[in-house]
Amino acid sequence: MTKYIVQRVLSLVPVLIVVAVVVFLLIHLSPGDPASVILGDEASEESVAELRSRLGLDLPLYRQFFVWFGGVVTGDLGDSIFMDMSVTEAFFSRLQPTLSLAVLAQTIAVAIALLLGIAAARRRGTLTDQAVMGFSLLGISVPSFLLGLFLILLFAVKLKWLPVAGYAPISSGLWNHLRYLILPAMVLGFMQAALIARMTRSSLIEALGEPYIKTARAKGLKPGVVTYKHALRNAFIPILTVIGETFGTLITGASVVESVFNVPGIGQLIVSSIQRRDFAVIQGSILLITVTYVLLNLAIDLLYGLLDPRVKLNGGRGR
Amino acid sequence: MASLEPIAVSAPPERGRIAWRRYFSNPLLVTGTAIMSVVALLALLAPWITSYDPYSIETLNRLQPPSGEHLFGTDQLGRDVFTRVVYGIRVSLLVGASVTAIAGAIGLLVGLASAYSPVCDHIFMRICDGLYAFPSILLAISIVAIMGPQTGNVILALTIVYIPSIARIVRSAALVVQEKTFIEGLRAQGAGVFRIMGLHMLPNVLSPLIVQASFVFAVSILTEASLSFLGAGIPAPEPSLGNLLLDGKNVIFKAWWMTVFPGVFIILMILGLNLLGDGLRDFLDPGAGSNKRFAKRKNAVRRRRRRSD
Amino acid sequence: MSQAPLLEIKHLTTKFSTEQGIVKAVDGVSLHIDPEETVGIVGESGCGKSVTAESILRLFDEKTTEYGGQILFEGRDLLQLSEEEMRKVRGNRISIIFQDPMSSLNPVYTIGDQIMEAIRLHQRTSRRQAREKALELLRLTGISDPERRLRSYPHELSGGMRQRVMIALALSCEPRLLIADEPTTALDVTIQAQILELMNELKEKLQMGIMLITHDLSVVAQMCSRVIVMYLGEVVEEAEVTTLFDRPLHPYTSGLLKSVPQLDGRRKQKLYEISGAVPAMHEVEACCRFAPRCPFATELCRSKAPSLEEAEPGHRVRCWHYKDIQANGGGSDGSGLLVTA
Repeated sequence: MTKYIVQRVLSLVPVLIVVAVVVFLLIHLSPGDPASVILGDEASEESVAELRSRLGLDLPLYRQFFVWFGGVVTGDLGDSIFMDMSVTEAFFSRLQPTLSLAVLAQTIAVAIALLLGIAAARRRGTLTDQAVMGFSLLGISVPSFLLGLFLILLFAVKLKWLPVAGYAPISSGLWNHLRYLILPAMVLGFMQAALIARMTRSSLIEALGEPYIKTARAKGLKPGVVTYKHALRNAFIPILTVIGETFGTLITGASVVESVFNVPGIGQLIVSSIQRRDFAVIQGSILLITVTYVLLNLAIDLLYGLLDPRVKLNGGRGR
Repeated sequence: MASLEPIAVSAPPERGRIAWRRYFSNPLLVTGTAIMSVVALLALLAPWITSYDPYSIETLNRLQPPSGEHLFGTDQLGRDVFTRVVYGIRVSLLVGASVTAIAGAIGLLVGLASAYSPVCDHIFMRICDGLYAFPSILLAISIVAIMGPQTGNVILALTIVYIPSIARIVRSAALVVQEKTFIEGLRAQGAGVFRIMGLHMLPNVLSPLIVQASFVFAVSILTEASLSFLGAGIPAPEPSLGNLLLDGKNVIFKAWWMTVFPGVFIILMILGLNLLGDGLRDFLDPGAGSNKRFAKRKNAVRRRRRRSD
Repeated sequence: MSQAPLLEIKHLTTKFSTEQGIVKAVDGVSLHIDPEETVGIVGESGCGKSVTAESILRLFDEKTTEYGGQILFEGRDLLQLSEEEMRKVRGNRISIIFQDPMSSLNPVYTIGDQIMEAIRLHQRTSRRQAREKALELLRLTGISDPERRLRSYPHELSGGMRQRVMIALALSCEPRLLIADEPTTALDVTIQAQILELMNELKEKLQMGIMLITHDLSVVAQMCSRVIVMYLGEVVEEAEVTTLFDRPLHPYTSGLLKSVPQLDGRRKQKLYEISGAVPAMHEVEACCRFAPRCPFATELCRSKAPSLEEAEPGHRVRCWHYKDIQANGGGSDGSGLLVTA
C-alpha cells in the first residue's frame, strides 16, 4: 500500500511542473507589455519603465520564471496589483464562500444522483430509467449560468421565494447563510448530479451483469441484498472517481455561477482579476486551484486503493 | 462424413439498407440529427430569414416584448433579438466546428503518436495531463483574456483546452490495436510507422473519435457561451448567444425575452449534439453504451464462443 | 428405475424477449436425474444446456423470460413456486457452480465472508458456528491452510483453488442436487482431473445427484452414468454412457464422437442468431433442426420435425432414420448408407 501511495505522489510532480510552467507562460507570453497594459495608454515612458523594473519584468523570461517559482515553493505568490494585499491573502479571504457553495452543491448532487442512478439501474428499460437518462442528458446540456438565470427568473422574480443574489456569511446564522446559497448550489449541483447519475447507472448495470452476481442470486439472496451488498460495492469505485473529478470542476464551474449570483468567492475573484489584468492574482489563483484539483485526484486515487482490495496488492488501478 | 456446412436461411440484405434501418431505429441519433439540421438551416439561411440588421441601434425601440414585428422582442439598444439570436447561432456553430475540426486533427495525430511510440507517449501525455489538470473554463478564460477577446482567440483557447480529451480517446483506441500481436508481425516485416498508423490503427480509432468529436462540439459551444457571458469571449457588439445572455442579465427583471430565447437555443444546440454523440456511439458500436440489451445477448454469445475455442 | 427421480424436467421451454424478437433457447426438453446419479448434458455452445440449468433455479430476469413446462423436485413444481420460496431452494436444496471461477466470486469480499453468507442465509447459526462450518467446508474440498484462505480475497487464489471454493460454497447447505455448468473448462488439464475427482468423492459423501454440463466428452466418460445430448434447444439423444459411446444413434452424436476437437462454436453461432429472428423460427420448427448439417438428411427430415422416441429401453433418440443408421452399425464410423424411400 505504501508503495502505491508513493507511486501516486511521485507521478504528480511532472504534472505540477507542467502546470506551473503553463500558468507562467500564459501570463508572460501575451502580446503587449503587461506594464503598459496596466498603466494604460496615457502613461509616460518613465513610469512604464519604472513599473516594469518594479515588477521584475525586465529580467529575461526564464529568470522571471525561477523568481516566481521560487516564491511559489516558499509560499509567496506575490502581491496583487490592484488590491492592497498579497495574492495569498486575497485568495484565502474569498475561499470560504466558494467552499460552502461547492460542498453544498456536491452534497445535493451526490444525494440526488445516487438515488436516481440506482433506481434507473434496477429498473432498466422502464420509464424510470428513461426519465433518469433524460434528466442526465438535460443536466449536461444546460450551461450552469443559463440554469442560474432561469432559476432566478422562476424563484426570485416570479415566485419571490428566495433572494435573487448575494451572500451572507456563516456568522450571520446558518439558515441565512444557506438561503443565499441554495439557488447557486442547485445550479452547480445540477450538472454534477447528471454526470454522477449517469455513471452510477452504467456502473451499477455493468456490475449487475458480472458473473458473481449470478452466483449471489444462485445462493438464494434477496434482490435487495444482491444489488446493494454485492453489486453496489463493486460499482462504487468508478462512481467515486466521478464524484471526485466532478468536485474539481465544481470549484471551477463555481466561477461562472458566482458571477451570476454575486457570491464573493474565488470564482468571482478570478474573473474580475482577469478583467482587470491583475496578473499576479490570476497566476496565483489558477495555480492554487489547479494544485487543489490535482491533490483531490490524488486523494481519490488513494481512496480507491482502500476500497478495492485488488489495488492494495497490485499497486495500480489498472486503468 | 460429409462436411458440416452452415445454414443459410436467406441472403443477407445489402449493407446500405441495414444502415438505414439501424439509423431509424436509433431515436437518439434521429432526434440529434433532426435538431442539428434545423439549427444549421437557420444559421445558413440567416440573411434571408431575418429582416433586421443585427448591429443597428434604435434606441426608440428599446426593450420591446415579443410582437409581430419583433418575434423575440428587442434588446436594450433596440436591436431585434431574433436576428441577433440567429446570427449568434452562426457564431456558435462556427466556433464549435472550428474547434472540433482543429482539435480533432491535432488530437488524432497526438493520440496515434502516443500509442505508437512510448517516447511520444511520455511527452505528450504529461503535457496533456498538465493541461487536463486545469479547469477548462479557467484555462480558456485566461488564454482569451491574455491574448485579447477576439473570435480567433476564442477558437484557439478552446482548441488548446480540448485537444487532450480527444488525444486520450484516440490513444486508448489505438492502444487496443497496438496490443494485438499482428502489429508486431507487421513491424517485423518492415512496415513503416505511417503505414501501421494509417492503415491499421486509424480505422479502429475513427468511431470513438467521431463520437468524442460530437461531444467536444457540444462542450465547446457551451464553453464559448460561458466565456462570452463572462465578457471574456466574443466581443460585443458581435452577437454571440453568450453575449446576449450577458445583456439580458442586466435587465432580467424587465426583459425576460432576452434571457429565454437565446437560452433555449443554446440548450437546443448542446442537447442536439449530445444526442447525436450518444446516438453515434450506439450506431457505430452496438456493443458499447446504452444499447445494453442487444449487447448483453451479443456478449453472452461472444463469451460462449470464446470458451469453446 | 425403482426410486423416484430426484429431479424431473417435463417439456421445459425457456423463451427470452430480446431486441431481435423472441428466442426459444430451450424447446421442450424433458429429462430426469435419479438420486446419487451423475447425469451429463452435452452439446455445443448455444445448444441450450446452460439455459436449461439456469432455468431449474429460475435465475433469469422474469420480466423478459417465460418458462413453460414443469420442473419437479422434492414433490413440487419449481416453476410454480413464488420467488420467495424459490430463494429457499437456491443454494440450499439445489446448488449450481459456474464455469469461470475467476469472475464468479465477488472480488471485494473475502472467501470467508462469501461462504459464511451462504451458510447463514439458509441456516440459523451464529457467526462463530458459521465460521467453523466454513473452515470444515474448505477442508472438505481439499483447500490447504483454510484459516488463512478464509481471510483471503478471490484474486489471491489460483484457478483451481477458486473452483474448490465455489464447490465449498455450493455444498455449504448440503443440497440434494448439484448442477455443475462446465466446471473444469476454464482450468488446466491437471487441475481438471483433481476437481472431477473431488466432485465424485463429495457426491458419495453427501449423497447428492449431479447434473454435469460440458462439451468435453472425455469428462462425460469419466464422470457420468447417463448422458443427454442437446442440439439447438432440444434433446436429440439420451442413453447410458457406455451405450452412447458404443452405439450412438443420432447422427449428431456420432459426429461429436468422431470429431471431438471439432466443436466449432463459430459456425454454430451464425445458426443460433439466425434462429432468433422471427421468420427463421418458422423454418427451424418445420423440420429436423439438424437436417442442414446432417449427412443422412432426406426430404422427410427437411419437411417434418421428428419427435423423441425410445429406440431401446433407456435409450431415446430424435431422428427419422435412426433405425436404418442402427442397422448399418450405429453410424459410429459414418459409413451407414441410406436408401431414400
